[in-house]
Amino acid sequence: MIHSLFLINHSGDIFLEKHWKSVISRSVCDYFFEVKEKAVDPENVPPVLQTPHHYLISIYRGKLFFLSVVQTEVPPLFVIEFLHRVADTFQDYFGECSEGVIKDNLVTVYELLEEMLDNGFPLATESNVLKEMIRPPNILRSVVNTLTGGSNVGDTLPTGQLSNVPWRRAGVKYTNNEAYFDVVEEIDAILDKSGTTVFAEIQGVVEACVRLTGMPDLTLSFMNPRLLDDMSFHPCVRFKRWESERVLSFIPPDGNFTLMTYHVSSQNLVAIPVYVKQNINFFETGSCGRLDITIGPKQNMGKTVEGLMVTIHMPKVVLSANLTATQGNYTYDLTTKVLVWDIGKLNPQKLPNLRGSLSMQAGAPKPEENPSLNIDLKIQQLAISGLKVSRLDMYGEKYKPFKGVKYLTKAGKFQRLSLSFL
Amino acid sequence: MTTMQKLLQLPVNAVNIVKTVQSQVQGQEEDKSPVLTPDSGQHSWYNALQPDELRHLRSGGTGGGGGGGGDQEERAPLEEGGGGGSSGGTFQTQPLRHDDLKEMLDSNKDSLKLEAMKRIVAMIARGKNASDLFPAVVKNVACKNIEVKKLVYVYLVRYAEEQQDLALLSISTFQRGLKDPNQLIRASALRVLSSIRVTIIVPIMMLAIKEAASDMSPYVRKTAAHAIPKLYSLDPEQKDQLIEVIEKLLADKTTLVAGSVVMAFEEVCPERIDLIHKNYRKLCNLLIDVEEWGQVVIINMLTRYARTQFLNPNINESLLEEGGGGEKTFYGSDEDEDEDEEEKEKKAEVAAMAKRKPYVMDPDHRLLLRNTKPLLQSRNAAVVMAVAQLYFHLAPKAEVGVIAKALVRLLRSHSEVQYVVLQNVATMTIKRRGMFEPYLKSFYIRSTDPTQIKVLKLEVLTNLANETNISTILREFQTYIKSMDKDFVAATIQAIGRCATNIGEVRDTCLNGLVQLLSNRDELVVAESVVVIKKLLQMQPEKHSDIIKHMAKLTDNIQVPMARASILWLIGEYCEHVPKIAPDVLRKMAKSFTNEEDIVKLQIINLAAKLYLTNSKQTKLLTQYVLNLAKYDQNYDIRDRARFIRQLIVPTEKSGALSKYAKKLFLALKPAPVLESPFKDRDHFQLGSLSHLLNAKAGGYQELPDWPEAAPDPSVRNVEVKESVFTLLERVTTLTSVPEWTKCSSREKRKEKKVEKPFYSDSEGESGPTESADSESDSASGSESGSGSEESGSGSESEESEEGSESEEEEEEEEEKDKKKKKKELKKPVPETESEQSSEEEDRKIKRKSKQRKSDSESESDEDEESESESSQSESEDSESEIEVKKKKKTAEMKPPSKPVKKETKKEKKEMSLLDLDDFEPAPSPQVTPVNTFLSNSLVTDLEGLSLSDSVLSPATIAPSSVLKNYELLHRITGEGLSVEYCFSRQPFSPDANMVAVQMQFTNSATSDTKNLHMEDVKLQSGMRVKEFPEIELLSAGETAMAVMGIDFCDSTQAANFQLCTHTRKFFVSIQPPVGELMRPIFLTENEFKKEQEKLLQNLGQLMGMNEITEKLTLDAKCRNEHAIVQRVTTAANLSRVPCGSDKECRFAGRTVTSSSLVLVTVATKEEGAAQLTVNCEKMVIGTMLVKDILLALTQ
Repeated sequence: MIHSLFLINHSGDIFLEKHWKSVISRSVCDYFFEVKEKAVDPENVPPVLQTPHHYLISIYRGKLFFLSVVQTEVPPLFVIEFLHRVADTFQDYFGECSEGVIKDNLVTVYELLEEMLDNGFPLATESNVLKEMIRPPNILRSVVNTLTGGSNVGDTLPTGQLSNVPWRRAGVKYTNNEAYFDVVEEIDAILDKSGTTVFAEIQGVVEACVRLTGMPDLTLSFMNPRLLDDMSFHPCVRFKRWESERVLSFIPPDGNFTLMTYHVSSQNLVAIPVYVKQNINFFETGSCGRLDITIGPKQNMGKTVEGLMVTIHMPKVVLSANLTATQGNYTYDLTTKVLVWDIGKLNPQKLPNLRGSLSMQAGAPKPEENPSLNIDLKIQQLAISGLKVSRLDMYGEKYKPFKGVKYLTKAGKFQRLSLSFL
Repeated sequence: MTTMQKLLQLPVNAVNIVKTVQSQVQGQEEDKSPVLTPDSGQHSWYNALQPDELRHLRSGGTGGGGGGGGDQEERAPLEEGGGGGSSGGTFQTQPLRHDDLKEMLDSNKDSLKLEAMKRIVAMIARGKNASDLFPAVVKNVACKNIEVKKLVYVYLVRYAEEQQDLALLSISTFQRGLKDPNQLIRASALRVLSSIRVTIIVPIMMLAIKEAASDMSPYVRKTAAHAIPKLYSLDPEQKDQLIEVIEKLLADKTTLVAGSVVMAFEEVCPERIDLIHKNYRKLCNLLIDVEEWGQVVIINMLTRYARTQFLNPNINESLLEEGGGGEKTFYGSDEDEDEDEEEKEKKAEVAAMAKRKPYVMDPDHRLLLRNTKPLLQSRNAAVVMAVAQLYFHLAPKAEVGVIAKALVRLLRSHSEVQYVVLQNVATMTIKRRGMFEPYLKSFYIRSTDPTQIKVLKLEVLTNLANETNISTILREFQTYIKSMDKDFVAATIQAIGRCATNIGEVRDTCLNGLVQLLSNRDELVVAESVVVIKKLLQMQPEKHSDIIKHMAKLTDNIQVPMARASILWLIGEYCEHVPKIAPDVLRKMAKSFTNEEDIVKLQIINLAAKLYLTNSKQTKLLTQYVLNLAKYDQNYDIRDRARFIRQLIVPTEKSGALSKYAKKLFLALKPAPVLESPFKDRDHFQLGSLSHLLNAKAGGYQELPDWPEAAPDPSVRNVEVKESVFTLLERVTTLTSVPEWTKCSSREKRKEKKVEKPFYSDSEGESGPTESADSESDSASGSESGSGSEESGSGSESEESEEGSESEEEEEEEEEKDKKKKKKELKKPVPETESEQSSEEEDRKIKRKSKQRKSDSESESDEDEESESESSQSESEDSESEIEVKKKKKTAEMKPPSKPVKKETKKEKKEMSLLDLDDFEPAPSPQVTPVNTFLSNSLVTDLEGLSLSDSVLSPATIAPSSVLKNYELLHRITGEGLSVEYCFSRQPFSPDANMVAVQMQFTNSATSDTKNLHMEDVKLQSGMRVKEFPEIELLSAGETAMAVMGIDFCDSTQAANFQLCTHTRKFFVSIQPPVGELMRPIFLTENEFKKEQEKLLQNLGQLMGMNEITEKLTLDAKCRNEHAIVQRVTTAANLSRVPCGSDKECRFAGRTVTSSSLVLVTVATKEEGAAQLTVNCEKMVIGTMLVKDILLALTQ
């Protein structure tokens, strides 16, 4: 299946290669570089490329390309999903997935890759299994290891590998037993020129942080599970139980994991927490324009909107912006032509406003289309869909765990199309 | 983070610090190494692991001096000289450097070895050559330190192929490792041994694999499965032996092995589909517990398998309608004869079946579909895609829809995932557009999407466009055209063009829109529009000479060659439509000819030629001028073209016969281009595959076979499973200490297996005697699934420890069980196995039953029926219980007498319950229709109660209780256990008098509870209204519930469509009223009746007869008396009888529910069954339909 893996940085250097079958020369990446040059934007490099003898499947994560080489038919998503899992594992181990950090931990990375694939077929991808085989680096252990001659590599088979719950290791012990759940929802919405919703949906995710001793069996139930339209689960969730009773029953992995993701469709009218009044004009003469944006609260269920931020990709001809913001501050990046207005907390008494003039390249025709606004926001302690966790029960263990649920609403891909002249 | 901090974090650097201490101690050792001079020692350590870090530092300008030298190793030799620095010189020769490493490897300190290995591995990782260290490294293969060992393995695997002889040194270590008591060591030894690509050791590898394949540890067996393709790629000659191993491993029962062995199967012998037969059901049942990657491989393989073994479920599209048709005749039939009628119908059906062999899904096919479906909820995109393609390729059309939601969900994932999913969705939308239509908006494009995603979404949107949604899509496209991403704009214009060709209604709109784009400021937009307009115009050029003229003007401005060429071609092709402009365009073009691009030049020549042929007077000179210019063009293609055309169109003595046909050649009617999706016909590749994505066959791609004409023998899948069931079942029973919550889930699982049965008995229905064999296999696979998934469900300590640490014991246990089982088999004749298997649970069931019977005999009959239904699925839903009873007796009789006592009692009890049932059900009488026997008795009494009150209200009506007909809303099979029937209760619907009351009866014949039954998404014709029934919170297994809903049909027989939702599923259902139910009875006296009738006739004097319909008929033999006539008419329509003096005439009156129009019916009987039917009604449509219905009722 997966023959080789190359890690390539933003400027096109191959800084790691790993082969699971016979060695493939790194010159195979030249095909990739060729396409990458053409594509300009790294996001536009097709994930699957065909070369005379190989197929190159790549992902772009954290300014790095993970490029895998395959020789025969394989489901492309299989490889892509795996590569993302590799990146996730790096993130999990080293805190971030960047060139520097990978180079710093080259040997650990190599050992990880060795465990994750055998002959190109995934072997161990569960984070907890890997962590038992190869321990994540930390200062204390490395000092101890050097002194005692211990190693970072486990010498017994992780119990998870053999059990029916490979995601959980045996013999977990905590003094404080706690289980926290974060319900995070993102609103995806497209509003049209007039501010009416073209498309809106909520994507939610239940992130869990479970530190419980032993082998607990948890049951998480919701007040209103019928809200959920479509969901995907961590393998630990018993699907049948959900089907029949609408409760999440699972033996949790140890530590942080994503319990489920869900989708609330636009049928159940999605509440849009803010409204945006905006007016961007470019004048035919005088090569300048005006900008006036006001943001106000709307359907936010009595919670404060925080972390409000507006991003506008200006047309190329806009040279500079001379604006005044009543709240927060703005920056205009001259090279990328991105105007960012960081507002912060939304004060319903005094609505934030940004206005001023834009100067454009002299002589250039006025832009045809007005730029659209991307809005970012956060609302603490609110799941905008109204989803509520009703209770968490634990079976299988005697102690009483500490439980907690947090809600957070964020703007996902929240887009406001602009008023245009026409 | 500062460098210092990093230093501290790194284990390697920590070693360095220690190392410097050591170096002081072991001074002389260090001195040998030229690298580790006191001042550069630190650097070289540095180098091995973080040269880039240093480079970074240097480029940053801070601390550059020291790092400069250290960077050497990373640089190409050319740069090396420039590095300078004190240590630079020592780096010049690589072998020297490696001496240092060799020394460390030779030392007896593990920490030194580890350090050396880490540096070597780091070299390998960065693609540096470390092959000369091979001898030094290979020595350490037996090192005790596991980390060193692992790193040595990494090195070995990388270089063994290059140094085969030396690699052999390590083999004995691995062989020893294969015998190690630690399973991890055994596994990793096998892993490395099989990864070393040295042909000499093939026999050793073969032996090791064989041995490992029967290892006690499933982990080692998994490793063996992984080793198989490695050996195969090394030496394909071993194929036959390897297939044997694969066969053996395929029979493995652990989830751990399943994925890996199927992977091996796919790489080594994908053509040996026969190996799968016996493991098919096991794989299906294990699937949900296999790790994600294995799931993908297994699902893909099973897709191919299913394509070879099962019949196309969509082969008999008409089957469903056929069922509906059968029901319709049933509507019309009379109550008295219903019984015979039904029997006849059944016979006819059977006969038809025999003749046409309607499609019956193979139960194994169903098993696959059912077991893969939950995986649509997987977090792994590849799994979701695999299931989606399986459904797309294998599921009946009606069921494919479920994948849409999951695929749309994937669009939220990483952009690479989106890219692949969208490609597949694009292919799917061409075949099954309806599936994704509800998700249209999910494909709307965001300005932040990468261009490649935008273009794919555009493709999907275009495929989804149809008459109803085209306006929204076009509006969406309009915003896209203003995008700053020009490639995307061009694609949008193409998409508009495609919409215009596909959907005739919007062609003109699109064309107008595109013409407006011609005045766009962006030249690319204009050019793209021109090209698309050209294609559109070709479809109907006559209408659009304006546009052609407009485009002719554009030639002055547009510079994009493709667009210019397109315009010229258009003018040339349709020069007759623009006779004045065309020569002028040619004149201008002739002027600029030399400066044009090649494709434009070619089109100028074409234009000239065409004009010369049609209008030689005006253009002769111009043409010659152009041809002359072309004759001396630099491009030979153009010179050739000019020469060729000159010969064709300008007649000379030399020119051949062809010139006569010049006009025909140039001005022939050209077919309009078809604007097709690039994804058309891509579905011949298996979706989700690499080949599909590239639209080219990739190496190793296995073609998706076509469905077979006739299904291969399904019994091939039967054999082995039977045995495994024993062990599994026994294991289940031994699990006594199951915690409370798992018990409940396991019970659910067990129930589930009951659900499975109907599919098996489906095929069984016709062939009674073979039942034993069939049902055996089925229950086998059933309980397999039950216990299989139970393993996961109860992933609790007991189960796990058994599996995990004590796997060896387990193995032995299993063996023992095997033996036991064999003994058992010897003891008992085959048919009993069935009873044996199910005895335990059956027992429980019986106990439960008997309890229940005491308390509640009604539900008992229900439950019984439920279990019955499993064995007699093939019978139509409304079959009489009698038949079921008979059948059951038959099966009971068929069981051999030599049974364990347990069995005996069970049988007795069963029969007792049967008797009960008989007692309970009243013999079919004309009052209670056989249909009702299907309902629970409580309902019957309910209904009777209702009807009583009804008859009190209108004494003239003959109690309609008997005539309430039940219609099926949801069949038990399609409803997955939930069946819904409805009848028009003929009661006034209290919340709204204009609504027809529809009484629904929900029966949950599944084994799990159904919750939150409610309706959604009501789709109605305009004017119609629905009052939904209150949500049913819970319908436990075997229960029935009633609900009443109201529908205002607006006096039409349009169906009310809606979705019936349970907590898990949604079913599309529709209720269509017979015309007779659209009225309510009114009480009239004979005089009033006559008055009203006259009024009706006079109302529209001139259109006399329009609201009176008269038909002559001959009454059915059984329907010659007044009573029968009244009954039949009131059955057909909700009318009340008008008291009447004469017994030759029966009159009925009613009003339509919504508009309260009067409906009057008269049946006048004459001699020998002749009769005349008269219907008066303002609503002509209702009148005519009513006449038909009553006629049918009276004549049959």
